[in-house]
Amino acid sequence: MTILFYIFAALTVLAALNVVLQRTPVYSALSLIVVLCSLAGVYLLLGAEFLAVLQVIVYAGAIMVLFVFVIMLLNAGREVPSHRSHLVKWLGAPLIGAFLVEMLVVIWDQFPPTAAAPPAHLDGSPAAIGHLLFRSYVLPFEVTSILILVAVLGAVVLAKKEF
Amino acid sequence: MVPLSHYLALSVILFVIGAAGFLFRRNIITVFMCIELMLNAVNLAFMAFSRFRGNLDGQIFVFFVIVVAAAEAAVGLAVIIALHRNRASLNIEDVDSMKM
Repeated sequence: MTILFYIFAALTVLAALNVVLQRTPVYSALSLIVVLCSLAGVYLLLGAEFLAVLQVIVYAGAIMVLFVFVIMLLNAGREVPSHRSHLVKWLGAPLIGAFLVEMLVVIWDQFPPTAAAPPAHLDGSPAAIGHLLFRSYVLPFEVTSILILVAVLGAVVLAKKEF
Repeated sequence: MVPLSHYLALSVILFVIGAAGFLFRRNIITVFMCIELMLNAVNLAFMAFSRFRGNLDGQIFVFFVIVVAAAEAAVGLAVIIALHRNRASLNIEDVDSMKM
């Protein structure tokens, strides 16, 4: 179990780096699918079967198909190197590095690796999630349906021909 | 057993990679994919805390984040299509009307 996590973690980080470093959007999208699938593996190790399956179906399936479809529709080719302001490079890189170091230090300080072990079992099955979703979270769930309706309408209006 | 800090470290590393891509990439679709990467990093943190606190609410939040990400992807990609139709470009440096 432990070694599986580190395999999935290494795969996730390598694929994520590939997403950022590739210059062609299609390669980035395919690497992102690898990231999402290995994250689903991590979710399985965390005992969340339902969310792991949802991650593969919705994220790696539906959303990424949308991405790949748009990349092909717009015929997105290689990215041209930037010739404008280099301010973001000189200012952004140190800031991001500082953020990474700061967060890692805080995590190691607040949650040392020798801290308490998790409870033996957490039920992440569809039945348990469904019980919680349709009892405590039924109002957010219904609001979500309106959100999706608005998103669909917005997407249709925005992508219409004469806009 | 993998300690909580390792899950959180993986989450932070993913988030930083996504943020770096957001800053340094020039293709608008790649920038959008980096946002998805950051959303997934946050999801992983939610899942890890949910597991280590023995509380299922974190997984419900991940469920809602996935739903919102789906809606965001649909609208965002429609915006990109409209943008490409009007500017014939996918470079974010060509979209600077709101820049001072």
